[in-house]
Amino acid sequence: MKRLLVLEDGSTYEGIAIGSDNYKIGELVFNTSVSGYQEVFTDLSSAGQIVVMTYPLIGNCGINRDDYESINPSVYGIVIKDECKHPSNWRYQESLNDFLLRENIAGIADIDTRALTIKLRDNGSLKATFANEGDDIEEVVKRLKDYEIKNLVGEVSSLKTFSIPGSGKRVAIIDFGIKLNILKELTVQGFDIIVLPYDVDAKTVRSFSPDGVFLSNGPSNPNDLKGSIETIKELLPDTVIMGVGLGHELLALASGAKVTKMKVGHHGSNPVLSLKDNKVVIANQNHNYVVDKESIDETELTISHIALNDGTVEGLVHNRYQAFSVQFYPEDSIFDEFNKMMEKENPDA
Amino acid sequence: MPKREDIKKILVIGSGPIIIGQAAEFDYAGTQACQSLKEEGYEVILINSNPATIMTDNAVADKVYIEPINLDFTKRIIYKERPDAILGSLGGQTGLNLVVALSEDGILDEYGVEILGTDLRAINKAEDRELFRSLMQEIGEPIPNSTIVHTVEEAVEYCKTLGYPVVVRPAYTLGGTGGGFADNEEQLKTICEAGLKISPVHQCLIEQSIAGFKEIEYEVIRDNNDNAIVVCNMENVDPVGIHTGDSIVVAPVQTLTAYEADMLKKASLKIIRALKICGGCNVQLALDPKSFKYYVIEVNPRVSRSSALASKATGYPIAKISAKLAVGMTLDEIKNPVTKTTYACFEPTVDYVVTKFPRFPFDKFSSGDRRLGTQMKATGEVMSIGRTFEESLLKAVRSLEMKVNHLYSKELHEYDEEALLSLIKECDDRRVFAIAEWLRKGLSIKTINKVTKMDMFFLEHIKDIIDLELLAKTKKMDVETLKELKKRGFSDAFIASLWEVKEDDVYALRKDNHIIPVYKMVDTCAGEYKSVTPYFYSTYETENESIPSDNKKIIVLGSGPIRIGQGVEFDYATVHCVDTIRSLGYEAIIINNNPETVSTDFAISDKLYFEPLTSEDVMHVIDLEKPMGVIVQFGGQTAINLAESLVERGVNILGTSLESIDLAEDRHEFENMLKKLEIRQPEGETATTVEEALVIANKIGYPVLVRPSYVLGGRAMEIVQNDHELSHYMQNAVKEISHDAPILVDKYIVGKELEIDAICDGEDVYIPGVMEHIERAGVHSGDSISVYPTQTISKKVKDTIIDYSIRIGKGFKFIGLYNIQFIVDKNETVYVLEVNPRSSRTVPFLSKITGVQMSNVATKAILGHSLKEQGYECGYHPEAHDRVYVKAPVFSFAKLRSVDTVLGPEMKSTGEALGSDVSLEKALYKALVASGVSISTHGNVLMTIAGSDKQEALEIAKRLANIGYGIYATDGTAEVFEKNGLHVHLANKIDQGEKDNVIDIIREGRVNFVINTMSSKEKTHLDGFLIRRVSAENNISCMTSLDTASALVSILESLSFSMISMNDLEKNRC
Repeated sequence: MKRLLVLEDGSTYEGIAIGSDNYKIGELVFNTSVSGYQEVFTDLSSAGQIVVMTYPLIGNCGINRDDYESINPSVYGIVIKDECKHPSNWRYQESLNDFLLRENIAGIADIDTRALTIKLRDNGSLKATFANEGDDIEEVVKRLKDYEIKNLVGEVSSLKTFSIPGSGKRVAIIDFGIKLNILKELTVQGFDIIVLPYDVDAKTVRSFSPDGVFLSNGPSNPNDLKGSIETIKELLPDTVIMGVGLGHELLALASGAKVTKMKVGHHGSNPVLSLKDNKVVIANQNHNYVVDKESIDETELTISHIALNDGTVEGLVHNRYQAFSVQFYPEDSIFDEFNKMMEKENPDA
Repeated sequence: MPKREDIKKILVIGSGPIIIGQAAEFDYAGTQACQSLKEEGYEVILINSNPATIMTDNAVADKVYIEPINLDFTKRIIYKERPDAILGSLGGQTGLNLVVALSEDGILDEYGVEILGTDLRAINKAEDRELFRSLMQEIGEPIPNSTIVHTVEEAVEYCKTLGYPVVVRPAYTLGGTGGGFADNEEQLKTICEAGLKISPVHQCLIEQSIAGFKEIEYEVIRDNNDNAIVVCNMENVDPVGIHTGDSIVVAPVQTLTAYEADMLKKASLKIIRALKICGGCNVQLALDPKSFKYYVIEVNPRVSRSSALASKATGYPIAKISAKLAVGMTLDEIKNPVTKTTYACFEPTVDYVVTKFPRFPFDKFSSGDRRLGTQMKATGEVMSIGRTFEESLLKAVRSLEMKVNHLYSKELHEYDEEALLSLIKECDDRRVFAIAEWLRKGLSIKTINKVTKMDMFFLEHIKDIIDLELLAKTKKMDVETLKELKKRGFSDAFIASLWEVKEDDVYALRKDNHIIPVYKMVDTCAGEYKSVTPYFYSTYETENESIPSDNKKIIVLGSGPIRIGQGVEFDYATVHCVDTIRSLGYEAIIINNNPETVSTDFAISDKLYFEPLTSEDVMHVIDLEKPMGVIVQFGGQTAINLAESLVERGVNILGTSLESIDLAEDRHEFENMLKKLEIRQPEGETATTVEEALVIANKIGYPVLVRPSYVLGGRAMEIVQNDHELSHYMQNAVKEISHDAPILVDKYIVGKELEIDAICDGEDVYIPGVMEHIERAGVHSGDSISVYPTQTISKKVKDTIIDYSIRIGKGFKFIGLYNIQFIVDKNETVYVLEVNPRSSRTVPFLSKITGVQMSNVATKAILGHSLKEQGYECGYHPEAHDRVYVKAPVFSFAKLRSVDTVLGPEMKSTGEALGSDVSLEKALYKALVASGVSISTHGNVLMTIAGSDKQEALEIAKRLANIGYGIYATDGTAEVFEKNGLHVHLANKIDQGEKDNVIDIIREGRVNFVINTMSSKEKTHLDGFLIRRVSAENNISCMTSLDTASALVSILESLSFSMISMNDLEKNRC
């Protein structure tokens, strides 16, 4: 069956329908991951987005039970070139199409995704949605133009506080849409974890007497999350804090820096230079917002990482307080640093 | 870190002649490395014995030494040049082995020459099985159970506990030479014995077999600041068990989840860091298809065939970057040459599927063992790029030039179920075609999966192709179906055959409905950053990124995959042609599909289209670019063969016209033309039936030379002596005989062969050189030792040759390069054997030794600059007599089991080496040493000589005896020799005794050389064949032509002191 992808600039792309017909309006972004489609589609940082995969063959291994990045995927749609009809992998459980249908996500295949990527690269991200053949495109475009992108942290954050007991340092996670893989890493470290909703206040956080606070990744514009910024501000002077992704942006805002929207964002694997040892890590990224470099000068922050290619801020360390953050998805070694910081500050706990 | 300032002069080691397992990829890597170092201001000294490469062009290094790549000659260069540093990791296994040898010799310490790139300890750790194993255990990376053995007995003992099947891998050999799978003790003994011989350190690894696991490769690169990245990962369609060089390989990996890919990536980076490699490195891993269990199979601590593939597949120039890392720079400070805006420290992201398909030599070696295993057999490969898997695969298939335009083989179509299954089971090189045919018959895909262990992903996609064929058959000339077929990579030619219409009809239907391909850019970043790489591939989508310029442009067709008869020489000519076009102010566009070569480096041309070389695919580029014309004469027979169909479609062929090409290639026109020019050629006619051939042969008299018309490297050419042999040839060697493909029957003339390459501008002719072959007529020119200047022919003969060459150039109205083969008989009558209206194998050799840059001069002539204008008067280039140049063929027989090594009219060599010095003997010595012959001044020789050759062989034997060589001979030969006063060790024939037979003598290394000739009657004689094979497998040179043997003896004589007693001297005085 045919389906259309409609962009706010009025352009349309004809393709083949995959997944459900739940046509949501989302922000169209591209992702350059080659084999990690399941992770991308289930990453809550992708909430509200319609993701264009630049790699043309998607669904080769199907979907398996282990590689979800969230329990409730919140991506609004997917755009691909060629859907694999015969997935093959020993962990295969269901096909991409079955997954999309089950999760009620709409998608489109047989699209010149490279052409679309180049357009997004040159114009910046655009609002988009799907339509059927024969639909009134003008009306769809008008709807797209009128649509205001919502902040989705409230939709993807955990609503309730819960704990994942461990024998190590106690870490309070403020959940803005945490990737399961990060949660897994924190669990592997043996931390005694309390997961808190995004709108938690500082007093509540303190009530758990955590050794450190972890600000998770998540979707949308951090500037909208005034309450969270206030919470972090209050915690900052006497709490060990680590931020990742959206959490990193929030830490920057709480420290007085500015966060702006990027033209296309970083979505995929990119080189990040650590200014501490001049080493490069190839980091997995998924962010549309970035900490404004100039605004750092007026804060007590120091840049610890930059993106090698465009020089944008990828990591921060607080000069006065025990806080640091990275924009990208961290390797395991960064959690060691977090642990050390907590050991140092709260040795007896 | 900025580049090193404390070193100024760097010695770079090339990889030498092309052999199976070490081919043009090292010309690409080496050339990039030299240029990269020069770019940084270093003085580059190069040693490489291969004249056919771009790397050995004067412009590539400050000083180019075309000398044998061994300890002796490299030391001489070090004495002379005193380099500060040496770089060997870009010259393949040859380069690495030499660096190890130099270091062990002590000369590097003595002269303070530093090893650049990966240091020796790291190389040792990666290459020495035992060290590697203990390192892997140390860092916790799993490797299959294995042990090192030095004797066959040790191997047998070990396998009693390990069990079978096992893999045998000889240490320090290239392309897995000598290795193999053993299912039982008997097989183990055979393989292990051969392996121990071939390993320079007499070591083999016996390893638990993990056949059936997925074979995954990671191309990684690391700098001295410990930054390490993955350039590309690749998945072999064939699971572990088939050498990666012989496997169909796709990039990126297709059947791994991100978790699995990440796991193997981490392992690869851990290994490259543990080894402290500086530069590119290849890690091969085996992954269990049903769990996370994996093993590290092998690490190549250098650039390799896979890194060339990865470079072309992603656009990331591994060799160029590796060279810069070797002089101390780090990845984060080197600009990415593709985007020019980002840095080299990144992991390329692709948005297409790459397929590499190996090219095998079995069209020429019909007796070869086609079963694939751990020993590489392919001579070359093609690469293709598509946006669907099917498109990528089918483009690769039609790039192969195996007379297929689809996953469909006419030959296999006739096979029954059982025959197909046995091809598939035995890992025959045609297995993918067999799988397609199997599925076409509607047979079970699960069976194939079980037998081959190929992932269902690949098999299902092949099935999709077959299903689409079925669907298409029911939808003749349907536009929507056509769209789908094109998206899935089907060729017009195959669609036409499905629909039973003409190819032109399909093309017309497409054009009417705007179903034409667009071109996408290879940009290393999947479109994320703006790039300017002029590197494109076609696909059927919406947006075209290749915007034609308004410049005057010329398309140059490349030569496709490397195969026997069409090697790297044609890439050399192509690259020079492109350089010249650009220097004259035109835009030069290349179409080619060989990932190993320099011509497919996107920095060479203004635009590179990585496409199959078929008329359909070439026409699409022409339709878009609208060039002034197309040059076909540098791309070998591949490009020449396209001329006709291009002209039919209205394309302007620049240079020699199609009419002139036909004059040279059409038998009748050629005959008439030569008659008109009053030039003799051996008597002969064309036959279109077996009966006709017999009549012709009897008319002109035996022996006759028979071959199909339009030959490539003398494919299926044979000398036959009688009716019986002729009928046998016609029935066996000839697959197709018809009016379109007749058979040529020529008188075989005994005589000396000579060869020229010349340039004609339509008016004048310039002949840079006449080359003389050491072997008499009957040995293919590509397999002959070639000498310049000529040594034995008279001035009269040479003048005749020059005169004929000029007459032919003018008479045929050639514009550009051409090559003529001559034969001169006893009476000094000169005959023309063949005229090739194109660049030839000898063009780089002749260009380098005479200083006449033939491809450049020819390209200028093609573009309207007359020879006179370029300063060349009509005639012969003055010969310099202060030096002799010898080009010797190099064979890959050790790798091709059951291929007869006897030289004949059919070409068998894979590469060549150049030797030059002040005398013929010295030059010959160098050429032979460079081609892998080991020459010792004393020792033994085994001679088994055919009846008719015995007298001639006696003279050679006498000369050998004179310099103290011991002679082993079989009874007939021994009898003749002994009668003539020679002392001979009798060697038993194989059936004459279990001990001391010829095979034992060779295997045990009792002789240094074997001289074996056979008469035509003995063609099927097993002894001769076994002697030649056993020699090949034991690295003992076996000469099958007495001319080669005589040349070798001259070298030995020149190296020896002559011993004559005073008494004999006295006698001689009387």
